[in-house]
Parts: sequence; structure tokens; C-alpha cells
Amino acid sequence: MIAIIKYNAGNISSVQNALARLGYESVITDNENEILSAEKVIFPGVGEASSAMKYLTERELDKVILSVKKPMLGICLGLQLMCESSEEGNTKCLSIFNASVKKFPATKKVPHMGWNNFSDVKGSLFEGINLNNDVYYIHSYYAEICQQTIAICNYIQPFSAAMQKNNFYATQFHPEKSAEIGAQLLKNFLAL
Amino acid sequence: MLKKRIIPCLDIKDGRTVKGINFVDIKDAGDPIELAKRYVEQGADELVFLDITATIENRETLIELVKKIALEINIPFTVGGGINSIDDVSKIIKAGADKVSINSSAVKTPRLITEIASRFGNQCVVVAIDTKFENGEWKVFVHGGRTPTPLKTIDWAKQAETLGAGELLLTSMNNDGTKTGFAIDITNKVSKSVNIPVIASGGAGKMHHFMELFENTEANAALAASIFHYGEIPIPKLKQYLQNEKISIRCK
Repeated sequence: MIAIIKYNAGNISSVQNALARLGYESVITDNENEILSAEKVIFPGVGEASSAMKYLTERELDKVILSVKKPMLGICLGLQLMCESSEEGNTKCLSIFNASVKKFPATKKVPHMGWNNFSDVKGSLFEGINLNNDVYYIHSYYAEICQQTIAICNYIQPFSAAMQKNNFYATQFHPEKSAEIGAQLLKNFLAL
Repeated sequence: MLKKRIIPCLDIKDGRTVKGINFVDIKDAGDPIELAKRYVEQGADELVFLDITATIENRETLIELVKKIALEINIPFTVGGGINSIDDVSKIIKAGADKVSINSSAVKTPRLITEIASRFGNQCVVVAIDTKFENGEWKVFVHGGRTPTPLKTIDWAKQAETLGAGELLLTSMNNDGTKTGFAIDITNKVSKSVNIPVIASGGAGKMHHFMELFENTEANAALAASIFHYGEIPIPKLKQYLQNEKISIRCK
């Protein structure tokens, strides 16, 4: 079973729909046992960092996430919450990745919204993925590049498009909304 | 590099796709799910669904349609039309839409923009602006373009951004349905006055209209309906053309 972590973030069902299109069943849950016994865990999210972290800590879901041993994939806000801290609401985050999350300077339009590419990929998450393909981003904050960065995107400045530390994976873009390339990336994650 | 987006718009009435020519005549152009899937296969970058009936009794039909769309398509989509409250928004987002578009209700109740942004995030709120050039000025119109307002288009665009809009969908009523090209002048002014993405709409008829739009304005996306529905301009052909013209575009 695949567990999708349920919290106060928007449009979690789109991840479930994407998994269903690939033929996988999943459960949207905030139950510790269900999360820790799942084969794969997805930590999605569209929303605001401080209210999301508050929700997670109040329910001790932060501790549950940190004790996940199976492959986990954070998406968008999920990736940002897996960093050390976020400038959004001055939020202390889960500190899985050694990067902080900052707001884009307004030298170009913010949010960074739409299809953009990525480069400098590392690891099996990107197997069989043509780097000329674009993926869908929608975010106003970005994670700095650090030693756990496994893909880089450049908008206003280079930032982490994807990150990995041990069993923890994350993408800033939305694989569930990135057409065939996103589906391929989800398949790669599910095959880990 | 961030790509310019091509967005087909599907007008929905009673669960079916239609297109208003100059907001009046309506032709049936098919089943929304089939049309949406076809656009995704062709390389559309996003989809917009505008519910033009939006009567209370047909609201549930729309919600059911949004759920089906969310199951079937793997690119982002926006739903608009008849959204008057945070409750309406919540139902549409829960059904699986990525963004909602609000128009008349944002003008009537500007704080709705802020309410949606703080509950679901700025990226979720598209403020649609119908604008018309009349007596030497671009002004905002509401109720499908039937009702004038005293608002100047640039002022309203800036205010919408300040209130929390994540994106603007700007439709020129002077150009809509004419197939003579986008309203370069007002699109340029609006896209330079705000620091959020702007989708230009109204007037697409030929492929070069899209190039003119992207070369002469800071619009991030172009929206069109009938030229795509009736196959006048296939999306792959349009994208290939724009790429040849050195416009940054996503090609499959």
C-alpha cells in the first residue's frame, strides 16, 4: 500500500488520482501505523509553511515522518517542509535536508508558475527521463542548493528542483501534474 | 527556461462544452472530458474550464465533472464561472481543480480574493478580468461582459495582485471572437504593472497572433477556445511554429 500523508494542504487528491492512473491504490491518511507500514509514502502539498508545520507538530506527524524507513517522496511544499527552515512564516521545518527555504526576490514574476526544465540530475529517480522535457512548477519559495540536491532548476536563480537523503526524496515540481514525464518519475519512485 | 503556456479554454454548459462567439451565439463543441484528454495529448500546458451556466441546480453537475476531469488528466487545470463564496471554492478544489478563477464576485467582494489566497494559497487564485476599450479608456466589465464598472483595468489588476491573486486572466472584449489578434496594448500594460503571471485571452485567430503576443508583451500564457475546438489551429503545429520563431515553449 502507498500512504499519502493527510494534512491541511490543498489538492492532495491529485496525487491519489495520478497513482490511480498508474494502476496503484493508495490511502490518504494521518494514522501513524498506516504511514509506517506502507511500502511507499508520499508527502504532497500546496499551501503555507507555518500553518502546515503547526498542523503536523500538533498531531505529532512530524515525528512520524522522521521515522519513515521506506522510500518517501515530498512534493512542492512537502520538499520545503523537509528542509531546515522556511522564510514563509519564519518556520522551523523537519531538517531532513541541510537547506533553508527562501522567498524568490521579485526581479521576475512570482510565483514561478508553469513548465520549466531541470539539470544536473543524480540517482535512480530520473532514470529514463529525457532532460529536454519540462515539468510543472508552482511556488513562490525555493530550497537552496545543498549536498542533497539531485536536480537543479534555474528561475531568477538556481535552486533545488529535487533532493534526496537516504530514503527521503523530494521534488519542487509536481510530478502528478507533469504529464508523461511526471508519470515516469512517479513510476521510478514506486519502483525504488 | 520558464516556458510560455498555451491554454485551451473549455466553456461548459450543463456538463457539455460550448463556445460563445462574442459571448452571444453558442455552438456545441463536444464532450469536455474527451476534448480535455485530446488537448493534453496534443501538448496543452494547462486547461481552463469556465462554467457559463452556473445556476444553483447545475452546480452539482459541475462538481461531478471536475472530479472526472481530475481523475483523467495529468496537467493543471483551472475552474471558473459562478464562484461567489469560499464555500464554492472549497468544493471545486476538493473535487480536484488546481486553481479557481473568479471574475464578477471578485469585483463585488474583493476580500474574497484574500480569503481564497489565505485558505488555499495565492497560486490557487486566478482573477479573471473582462476589459473593454471605450471612450478612450480600458475599463473592467462584469457578468460575462454585460455590466460596466467604474474600475480602470490597470488599477483593478494591481489591486487584485495586492489582495492576493496568484495570476490574472485578462480578456479583451474588443478582441474576443474577432480572430484579429490579442489586445497587445492593454495586455502589455497589465503584464508590466503587476509581478504575477498574466494569461492573455481574446482574439486569437492565426498562429502569428501568439508570436506577436509573446514578443510584444510580458504575458506568460495565451488562452483560446474556438480555434482549438474546431481544429483551425492544431496545438502541436502552433507550438512548433512558436519554437521556430524562438519563443520559449514546451514541445512534447
